[in-house]
Amino acid sequence: MSNIPPPVEEPGHHEPGVTENENAIELKEVAGLSQGQIVRRRFFRHRGALVAMFALAFIILLAFTSVGPQFGSWKPGGWWQYTWNVAVDIENGGRPTLSLFPFSIGNHPFGQDEVGRDIFAVVMRGTQQSLMIMVITGLIATFIGTVVGAISGYYRGWTDSVLMRFTDIIITIPVIVIGAVLGRRFGIQGAQVLAIILGLVLWTGLARLVRGEFLSLREREFVDAARVAGARDRRIIFRHILPNAIGVIIVNSTLLMASAILIETGLSFLGYGVQAPDTSLGKIISENQAAFATRPWLFWWPGVFIIAIALSINFIGDGLRDAFDPRQRRMPTDRALRRAKLGKIDPNLMDASPAKKRDDS
Amino acid sequence: MATFVVRRLIASIFIFIAATYLMYVLTAFAGDPLEDLRTGNAPNKLELIEARTRLLNLDVPVFLRYFIWLGGIFGLTGKGFDLGVTVQNQPVTVLLAQAAGSTLQLVTLASLIAIILGVIVGITTALRQYSGYDYGVTFLSFLFFSLPIFWVAVLLKQYLAIGFNDFLRDPHIEWWVIVALAILAGLIWGSIIPGSLRRKAITFGIATLATGGVLAYIELSDWFKYPHIGLPGVAVTAIGIAFGVTAISTGLRRKQALRASLVVAGIGIAIYFPFMAWLSFYLDFWTFILLAVATVAISFGIGWFMGGDDRMPVARTAAIVGFLVGGIIALDRFMQVWDDYAASGRIKGRPIATIGSQTPGLEGSLWVHGIDFFTHLLLPTVALILISFASYTRYSRASLLEVMNQDYIRTARAKGLTERTVVVRHAFRNALIPIATIVAFDIGGIIGGAVITERVFGWTGMGALFQNGLDHVDPNPVMAFFLVTGGLAILFNLIADLVYAGLDPRIRVS
Repeated sequence: MSNIPPPVEEPGHHEPGVTENENAIELKEVAGLSQGQIVRRRFFRHRGALVAMFALAFIILLAFTSVGPQFGSWKPGGWWQYTWNVAVDIENGGRPTLSLFPFSIGNHPFGQDEVGRDIFAVVMRGTQQSLMIMVITGLIATFIGTVVGAISGYYRGWTDSVLMRFTDIIITIPVIVIGAVLGRRFGIQGAQVLAIILGLVLWTGLARLVRGEFLSLREREFVDAARVAGARDRRIIFRHILPNAIGVIIVNSTLLMASAILIETGLSFLGYGVQAPDTSLGKIISENQAAFATRPWLFWWPGVFIIAIALSINFIGDGLRDAFDPRQRRMPTDRALRRAKLGKIDPNLMDASPAKKRDDS
Repeated sequence: MATFVVRRLIASIFIFIAATYLMYVLTAFAGDPLEDLRTGNAPNKLELIEARTRLLNLDVPVFLRYFIWLGGIFGLTGKGFDLGVTVQNQPVTVLLAQAAGSTLQLVTLASLIAIILGVIVGITTALRQYSGYDYGVTFLSFLFFSLPIFWVAVLLKQYLAIGFNDFLRDPHIEWWVIVALAILAGLIWGSIIPGSLRRKAITFGIATLATGGVLAYIELSDWFKYPHIGLPGVAVTAIGIAFGVTAISTGLRRKQALRASLVVAGIGIAIYFPFMAWLSFYLDFWTFILLAVATVAISFGIGWFMGGDDRMPVARTAAIVGFLVGGIIALDRFMQVWDDYAASGRIKGRPIATIGSQTPGLEGSLWVHGIDFFTHLLLPTVALILISFASYTRYSRASLLEVMNQDYIRTARAKGLTERTVVVRHAFRNALIPIATIVAFDIGGIIGGAVITERVFGWTGMGALFQNGLDHVDPNPVMAFFLVTGGLAILFNLIADLVYAGLDPRIRVS
């Protein structure tokens, strides 16, 4: 393989068929960088994740500036002319005024419902609520999952048994079922309470993963070193092991948020989630599903926003997973593959070599 | 192994009992079961409240009331297996028996199809990593992953059901649509099949012509009114199945396997007319199942006798071929009654149902009821499949990629095994281990998703039982629902552990 000329380094492309040089390049690329910098670099190279991040940022900005956030009595208002809970005169039969050629927004870009509420404002309010629930749920579930997993993985023995059997009990009940039962009781108290409830339900999967990670990390030499140096358990857990497990935690809490938004919309659809007079994306769809034949825009827009948010987060999660996984290698482009072929090396054979282990689930 | 199974089983039972306790208490605290009576203004309000309190033992604290319910399950109330009564004083045991059937049909069928499709697509994308097909499927699975199921369900109702029913009123495919679909099919196949540009071009040509030909035949023969496969179609498909299954299962070099498969396919073709014209009129559901089992058994026997030295793979191949060929013939028989079904007074030319799990008052043979079953299952099944298909595809792709990078795959290639043997024997089997676990863990999620699906499609299954119970803060129906779903989840987790231990020799079970 030494007769192959050293590869021209292209940003974002990886040369297959040059296995020997590969590690050297890889090392040169990451030399002198901290773990955070390496991860950030790899993440920004994942085009899908980058696009998804901008899309999500755009959605968040749009939702919170247009109709303005509202927490209790604090409502600063936004730049959009209508509010989500006030009906105005129906124009144009309630049809959407958004048009692309020529581009114009009009008075009611997403249309109006049968009483005359502006659907753009309603969808923005629903997006706010769904995003907020998603973030609160994600944070709580991540916190509980990490703590339970860390404690049971680190201490093992009967602590582990008790915590894991408890996790098994919760995991036996389908999330949507326990969410519905709790939502029936607490959903009426507002979206924040619902978010906390969902967080209390969704942590189980993460706890299992973190436990597995801790079980293997606690046997490593650096933990022994810390223990010999006299570090207390709490310090070992939080300063030594946790930073090494952070990849698993971040990736899975992202994916957890994606499922949180789907569960929240599902619960609101069933009627156990966000309650009137407040609204969420799932609730808008549930209220309007019968009107699909006559007013399809009532139905399309909330759905599009659910998908856009969930899809963005899934892509970000995928990008993070690629970035944190040390076995991850960048994808060869068709061009690189062709060049490898010209070099008389079968890329399929190279695929089988362990040096090029890929894992991109 | 036995100790392991028993220990796991006992642990599972205790976890399940604890989970039911948690569920019971949470449901009982979900609201006030007497709310409708308290706020109502019936003259005999107090008596009504007292009657319901007595009926549901509301005077017993929740933490103890659970044990009354638990006692009912073990028959301690003297009524055998008893799940209590609902607020309306209906026995839950009876309600559950009615509801469980339709939900389990839905979930089983959807999971089976999703697993088979997901694994096949996942495996092929892993083998064609970084092709256009791979990127396409990856994007689609992310999209499906992010779909809210109730939203998809409404879209399916609108476009798949209502749109297709409208289309059936005057079923004509325009010529440009045929050409476009044919070229699209050609492109898809071209990106799946590997090889040189020439081979891709040939694949593209064959796929385009075949698709175009089939579509043109459908258009010309008024197929949507009188759908059929016919003897020629059955013959071609049966021989194709024989070759295809043999190629994947044992490889075409194994002459005995190919011969056995072709014999099975030939027998299928030979009994086509007797079956269609005579035998199929005398079948009911159970004889049909019996016939299916017999078909597989006979095919297995044929493979066994023609198998030569290493019988088992040949017999297995023949059995799969027999099952598939039998399925094709049965499908053709179902199609035969399509016109009667669609034109019947209950259906009125709009066969794809959007609501319910069967047409009420429909009369007819096994075949008519079968079609009715399919048309009602179609939409919810598609909705459930779309959701779970995505994760199975991702998992099996990742799992196969992981395995394909192992040293033993390189060893297998190096000793000159064919690509088929390497992929099917060495890679696929090992990739199945993680897939099996994930599938089992997923079952609970699918049943949870079915609650929403059932509601959208108006099925009166366990989802409705659960929702009605929860709306009335009535733990008995909710617990009946959970007894089945949670029980299944526990059971499948147990199976997953056993399968894992069985498949992976690295796992010590004792």
